[in-house]
Amino acid sequence: MASVDIRDVRKAYGATAVIHGVNVDIKDGEFVVLVGPSGCGKSTLLRMIAGLENITGGQISIGGRVVNDVPPKERDIAMVFQNYALYPHMTVYDNMGFSLKLRKADKAEIEKRVSQAADILGLKPLLERYPRQLSGGQRQRVAMGRAIVRNPQVFLFDEPLSNLDAKLRVAMRTEIKELHQRLKTTTVYVTHDQIEAMTMADKIVVMHDGIVEQIGAPLDLYDRPDNMFVAGFIGSPAMNFLRGKLGSENGRSVFKSDSGLSLPIARAPAASDGKPVVLGVRPEHLATNGDGAAVNVVVVEPMGSETQVVAKTGDQEMICLFRDRVMPSPGETIRIACDPNLVHLFDPDSGKTLAA
Amino acid sequence: MTDAAIATTATGRSTWERLRSHRDWMGFWFMLPAAGILILFLAYPLGLGVWLSFTDAKIGRSGSFIGLENYDWLSDDKIFWGSVFFTLFYTIFASIVKFALGLYLALLLNKNLPMKALLRSIVLIPYIVPTVLSAIAFWWIYDSSFSIISWSLIKLGLIDNYINFLGDPWNARWCLVVANIWRGVPFVAITLLAGLQTVSPSLYEAATIDGASRWQNFRFVTYPLLTPIIAVVMTFSVLFTFTDFQLIWAMTRGGPVNATHLMATLSYQRAILGGNLGEGAAIATAMIPFLLAAIMFSWFGLQKRKWQQGGDND
Ligand SMILES: Nc1ncnc2c1ncn2[C@@H]1O[C@H](COP(=O)(O)OP(=O)(O)O)[C@@H](O)[C@H]1O
Ligand SMILES: [Mg+2]
Repeated sequence: MASVDIRDVRKAYGATAVIHGVNVDIKDGEFVVLVGPSGCGKSTLLRMIAGLENITGGQISIGGRVVNDVPPKERDIAMVFQNYALYPHMTVYDNMGFSLKLRKADKAEIEKRVSQAADILGLKPLLERYPRQLSGGQRQRVAMGRAIVRNPQVFLFDEPLSNLDAKLRVAMRTEIKELHQRLKTTTVYVTHDQIEAMTMADKIVVMHDGIVEQIGAPLDLYDRPDNMFVAGFIGSPAMNFLRGKLGSENGRSVFKSDSGLSLPIARAPAASDGKPVVLGVRPEHLATNGDGAAVNVVVVEPMGSETQVVAKTGDQEMICLFRDRVMPSPGETIRIACDPNLVHLFDPDSGKTLAA
Repeated sequence: MTDAAIATTATGRSTWERLRSHRDWMGFWFMLPAAGILILFLAYPLGLGVWLSFTDAKIGRSGSFIGLENYDWLSDDKIFWGSVFFTLFYTIFASIVKFALGLYLALLLNKNLPMKALLRSIVLIPYIVPTVLSAIAFWWIYDSSFSIISWSLIKLGLIDNYINFLGDPWNARWCLVVANIWRGVPFVAITLLAGLQTVSPSLYEAATIDGASRWQNFRFVTYPLLTPIIAVVMTFSVLFTFTDFQLIWAMTRGGPVNATHLMATLSYQRAILGGNLGEGAAIATAMIPFLLAAIMFSWFGLQKRKWQQGGDND
């Protein structure tokens, strides 16, 4: 096991820079998820850690050793690919034992390590099959088995679950987390799915257009996003953003949206009357309240445990997630409110969170 | 419907009705045109050739059945056995070198080279030039008094006299093998290149991370995944080489002193030029066992490997 240090790492393909100076500290045994929209450079960063891409600038060290010029096989890492990259002409057993065979381990050793890994993943009955004879979930498991057998310092995962159906994805998510709790190997996991990131990570790195937007524990990012991008990316359904101005009513700070909606806020930044801001409020923090602000219902989507209501204020749409079973009809006006402590204020120009 | 019900409706119609509409017979009707074409253009000429080999037919005379006399005659014919030897020699050497060179070129062209498309088209040139044209070019290159090879070697001071490329039996044999390789390599290279491009790059990445060197990447990933296409391309390569005619005929016509006769050229010479259709047909028929052997070989090579079987869940 080992820590991974990423220091001011840059990557350019020819003249196109795709990663612009990324810093991440990954502690020994930590499960770190790189998350961000498609094309933001997550895979590129992961592949640089693996040694599959050259590092244009900066430094990556694994276990204290700078690996910029170390070939992949000497980095002692294992990687699980999105398409699994199982060798089609080898059985599950041979797929899993391939790295040991290349290292000239003796037969008994290979046998022992493969069957240990197969036990952990429940692959015992499939060892003689070829990849084509496996289901998607089984292939995914074999790909993980191939990584486990090597007992590496670091596991690298590149969107390992995105080829699975929704139900299996949830199950494998739990399984990978359990596996990590058991093996405690440092893990870097790439995904574009913020739910995967939230549920699995010890630490999330939110990336966007080749830079790191924020690093933190899942609930830190949820509760205290640094900027509008993180606020909008983490959480589902996404946070509502309303443009407006700060003001005061009866001696209390309020937010007045451009559409005329007025919401109380707990702490306003100092000397901020009339200041244009963006207010962010999560759908799940909105509740129906007779004294609240009036909005027009557009669509109602009951989901059993909660009800999702799309409402309109002016020309801005808001999503509300109510725990109680309200069934307003479209076109109806409802009154909603939220806990003033749970709203976020952002600078409309920089998108940064405004300090209270 | 129960079986009884089917039976009554079936007997209710005429046999012709049933033949016209029954599922299995439908298949038969659809296959009939294809079968007809195959019989007319493949089986009939082949059968006729084999039949002719049992007769003493000459051009302009239909001939009568003489049993195995033609074959008996051939078995004592040194020139015939010489052509069998040269056909095997030519096929084996040319095929092995074509495979090795073709694979090497394919691996090279599969890399990210500058001007990849241009290089790939250049490789195809020997294949698209008409055989006779390239044969004439080679004939010129090998000419006993104008050969550019001899000329360059003399200028370099390596030899004193012009090499008698096509006049000496062994020189001529090797020269023809070289010409055949030159013509055949593009086919092998481009086909294998197509095969290489179906191998997912992430397999190489996975193997690299697993610790494979470049050679091990080739040995354990590329080569096994390429075996099905190698079987196809080598079968065709062997068949084309074994039945070659144009190159030899344009360059040496089987000479000097019959040293470079392939079975195909000898057959043509005896049957068409010499007029002995029966004997020529016997030589051609003698090629069949060799070709069958090559086809059997490929049949086993083309069998789906175990790893190619099973459902594809992608
Ligand atoms: N080989 C390449 N050549 C040029 N650009 C590339 C290459 N690979 C990736 N990119 C670019 O780098 C950016 C990041 O890609 P990637 O790391 O794959 O994103 P993702 O976060 O979706 O995994 C993308 O804009 C992509 O177009
Ligand atoms: Mg990616």
